[in-house]
Amino acid sequence: MANLLLLAVILINFYTLGSARLVACIRAVALQGALLALLPLVIHGPSGHALLLGLGALAFKGVFIPWLLLRAIREIRIRREMEPYIGFVATLLLGVLLTAGALIFADFLPLAKEHLGGLSVPAALATMFSGFLLLITRRKALTQVLGYLVMENGIFIFAVLLSEAIPLMVEAGILLDLLVGIFVMGIVLNHINQEFSTINTERLTALKE
Amino acid sequence: MFSRIVLQLAVLLLFAPLPLGVINKTKALFAGRVGPPLLQPYYDLARLWRKGFVFSRTTTWIFLAGPVVGLVVPLLAALLIPFGGLPAPVSFTGDLILFVYLFGLARFFTAAAALDTGSSFEGMGAAREVFFSCLAEPTLLLALLVLARGAGSLTLGALLGPQLAGQWQGGAGAALGLIVVCLFVLLLVENSRIPFDDPNTHLELTMIHEVMVLDHSGPAFGMILYGAAMKLMVMGALLVRLILPWQTASPLLDLLLFLGGQLALAVLIGVVESSMARLKLPRVPQVLVGTTLLSVLALVLVLR
Amino acid sequence: MIWLLCGLILIAASGVPGLFTRREGAGAERLACGLILAGALPCAWALVFACGVPRQAISWAWAVPAGRFALQLDSLSAVFVAPLLLIVAAGSIYGLGYWPQLRNPATGRKLRLFYGLISAAMLLLLTARNGVLFLLAWEVMALSGYFLITTEDRRVEVRRAGYIYLVATHCGTLALFGLFVMLEQTSGSMMFPATASLPAAGGSLIFLLGLFGFGMKAGLMPLHVWLPGAHAAAPSHASALLSGVMIKTGIYGLVRLTSFYADIPAWWGWTVLLLGAVSGVLGVALAIAQHDIKRLLAYHSVENIGIIALGLGLALLGRSYGQPTLVVLGLSGCLLHVVNHGLFKSLLFMSAGSLIHAVGSREIDHFGGLLKRQRWTGLLFLGGAVAICGLPPFNGFVSEWLIYLGAFETIKLPGSSLSLSLLAAPSLALIGGLALACFVKVFGVSFLGEPRSAAAAQAHESPRVMLWPMGMLLLACIWIGLLPTSLRPVLEQTAADWTGVRSLPRLAGEMAPLGAISLAGWLLLGLLLLAGWWLRRRSADAPRDLATWGCGYRFPVSRMQYTASSFADGLVRQFRFALRSERHGGHITGLFPDREDLFSHTPDLVLDRTLSPLFTGLAGLFHRLRRLIQNGIAAIYLLYIALALIILLALLGF
Repeated sequence: MANLLLLAVILINFYTLGSARLVACIRAVALQGALLALLPLVIHGPSGHALLLGLGALAFKGVFIPWLLLRAIREIRIRREMEPYIGFVATLLLGVLLTAGALIFADFLPLAKEHLGGLSVPAALATMFSGFLLLITRRKALTQVLGYLVMENGIFIFAVLLSEAIPLMVEAGILLDLLVGIFVMGIVLNHINQEFSTINTERLTALKE
Repeated sequence: MFSRIVLQLAVLLLFAPLPLGVINKTKALFAGRVGPPLLQPYYDLARLWRKGFVFSRTTTWIFLAGPVVGLVVPLLAALLIPFGGLPAPVSFTGDLILFVYLFGLARFFTAAAALDTGSSFEGMGAAREVFFSCLAEPTLLLALLVLARGAGSLTLGALLGPQLAGQWQGGAGAALGLIVVCLFVLLLVENSRIPFDDPNTHLELTMIHEVMVLDHSGPAFGMILYGAAMKLMVMGALLVRLILPWQTASPLLDLLLFLGGQLALAVLIGVVESSMARLKLPRVPQVLVGTTLLSVLALVLVLR
Repeated sequence: MIWLLCGLILIAASGVPGLFTRREGAGAERLACGLILAGALPCAWALVFACGVPRQAISWAWAVPAGRFALQLDSLSAVFVAPLLLIVAAGSIYGLGYWPQLRNPATGRKLRLFYGLISAAMLLLLTARNGVLFLLAWEVMALSGYFLITTEDRRVEVRRAGYIYLVATHCGTLALFGLFVMLEQTSGSMMFPATASLPAAGGSLIFLLGLFGFGMKAGLMPLHVWLPGAHAAAPSHASALLSGVMIKTGIYGLVRLTSFYADIPAWWGWTVLLLGAVSGVLGVALAIAQHDIKRLLAYHSVENIGIIALGLGLALLGRSYGQPTLVVLGLSGCLLHVVNHGLFKSLLFMSAGSLIHAVGSREIDHFGGLLKRQRWTGLLFLGGAVAICGLPPFNGFVSEWLIYLGAFETIKLPGSSLSLSLLAAPSLALIGGLALACFVKVFGVSFLGEPRSAAAAQAHESPRVMLWPMGMLLLACIWIGLLPTSLRPVLEQTAADWTGVRSLPRLAGEMAPLGAISLAGWLLLGLLLLAGWWLRRRSADAPRDLATWGCGYRFPVSRMQYTASSFADGLVRQFRFALRSERHGGHITGLFPDREDLFSHTPDLVLDRTLSPLFTGLAGLFHRLRRLIQNGIAAIYLLYIALALIILLALLGF
């Protein structure tokens, strides 16, 4: 069950890498967050800790942040396409290569016995890589936020694996960081938009000396 | 063995048009219409059977070879694949490659028949057909490789054997999931379904398969429709068996399970067709490359 | 063996009488054809005889230093010799109609002389068991090939193709000289070492030399530079011989070379496998982008050499990893594809020649609708096209099927790095799909639809003397496709000869049920004929004088049909990262645009994109260097002399 869940997460990674539509991407990432919210329950069983973690993830990743992003799109009327630096096929190819690399790399890691052979560690790595790829290959500030979000999802998978060891506070801290980051990004976005009437980050390079 | 062949062909010939009816009914329900009766594809075939032919003066015998190959190939391919719990009537090492290449033969002659009319419109369809399917072919091979890894054998019958149920539970479940996704996309592409192709319009400049058969008429056109229906069923059999790998003791129950699966698959296709728009044409190769990559990933998953 | 030698001499001399006859006489060409047929018969007899007696050889003393006139006909040679004989014989008959002396008084005699010479040289090369003899035959073959390619040496592109061929083949020969010298140092004699007698240690450089020299002849991907131009320039039956047989001598060299070694390093197999995959995919991708029918077929030779190399790579890997099943499947697939490709490629070249004969152009877009005017050529071309796409029930399918089985075989070994060779299967699938697209294009655009030029509208069927040899080749294709079991003993024997191991798995039963393939082929053919016959009878009295539906347009003309370039456009764009096609024109401006031309061209990846600029640059560099050194100032020349003396003294001092 956990494996199928993680598989769905990986598929959503590919979808976001290959999709041309911004809104669809945000929805996909929201779905990814919601799926990940199930992960603590599936791995650790219905305990209070897991329930809390899951609810928190659902609220933030599945609902709140996507809602913020969708609202931002409505408010500043962004063009609803992705505008990649490199083509979709090339990004997808890179994504698959990175995922395959994560699968092979995970075999060499000195993991605890219960994590060996499962998909959790590779999926976490692959999701982080995909987020990173999204960050560096897309032009819009908004998609960069999406990239951070996907990366955070990857970290979340790790955190779930280690949730016995890591106190809830750490995870909450990460989420909070992200939230603050998104707020800052939102404010910056708004200002960029007002100043240049575009949110294309390429224009930011004009600010250099 | 002879009786099994007869049974398999009888099931194929009798039930092949039914999923088409189910798809159309599903789409009609989604659109709020009553829709054609479930058995409409049968009526269509019967009507075409009685009609005469019309030939363009440009055409040659190749024009008739297209429908013939298109009808014979699914018949032969069906003998190699298990229908759910019913084992494949003919099974030998490497039959999966024959399975893939038989459809290649059908494609060659369908596309050649389209070019035979000398129409630019049909030439366009033929070009697109061969373009997309040569991107789809590696995916199918990779998917079969993943299954062969699990089965440790190279016959289609063994690939889709009862061990699949165990594999879903075990470590190969994720790879099988990826394969199911890939094969479903492939089913939509190869059988000219939305979002890759539109089976209903004949006058849209973005379609593929339908445009190739525009000039066919009468029983030849009926053969094409029948062949396409059988192709859908044969390729669907691959997917249905993957998703419903259970085997009961009674062959009748197995058969019912299989046919139920086929109808459910038809409903699913209908839902996809009703809920999605056609992809832009340049997106289709991208999606196909994507599925190839997914199947590579599935192979890495089972090999590691 | 003596029979073979007699036949060889007859074939070699077949063009000689023609030199002494009148230029316009038809007698000499019939005599040449007769001599080749008369020479092929005893050779075929020797082949049949070879099946019964495992080893027949002659070994005569020879005045050449380190040389010995040693010939032997084992099963490995026989696999290459058999298609050679058939294609040479078919080509010589075909030539009577395609290149008659009467219409080509200037070139006919030269063509026939070198046609006979190259055939005999290849026969000698395939049976030679001595390094010197092998190199001699190799060089005769290479030079005769040059003269075949430059048959029409009045045309400038023919001369260019011939020149590139000559440079390439001599680079390869240079590597082979090094190879045989090093081999002599390892084994102690110029005679070929016995099977599996050499240790792998020290063999790597020899293998690399062989890969370069033989790969150059075979046309493996980065080394294929000479191939497209040369095959396009030669007359069609000579192209058939070059593509069907001559490039296979490269494969023969590789197979023979690797048979000398007892154990084989794994990287040999990986290299061959990788080169095969690259050649296969890029070869067919380049083929799709072509619109000259013979260049297109030439690129398909690169593709098929790639498939053959895939099989050979699998067999080598099987030996490295100790997997006898893989060895048998890979090698059988490789060798069967050698035979198959020889058959269907020469069939395709000859039927392409029949088109060129009728229309007078090599451009696919000048043909069109030819199936109506050339029924038999069309049927024969269709057979060849289906076979080369590897579709059942023809022979191409059987050999590709064996290679697939080999690739799938590795899946049963868990956790081995050998599993990587699985990727041969999807690349083979991609190659198959692309080849299918390409041949639908060629067949559809040339033979179907409306004529695309005035010449195509008035085309006529070729004479029988051209059709019969092609029919013979098609029959051979069908025979291998429907009765592959008949070749099983030969393939098994070859695998045993190659590895030196007697107890290899058989090509039957669970491992490779050739019988089932044969049965499926018969069933398919039977059902197709039955359904076709029924449909034909049912449609006998249908009206046939209507126009094709013109999409609502009232006056369709033949120029509105899909052309070869537009058919391939999608795929060419998909592979643009590798092909780098050029497009000129086609930009429409304004509301009522004027006439606008669109022109697209795909130059060769290695030759035109890499080597030509590289060598032009080098030539420029040396030119400038020479001007710097040879500056005409006498004092500087005196300085050179002084410098040379000092360097010599310094060298002597050390």
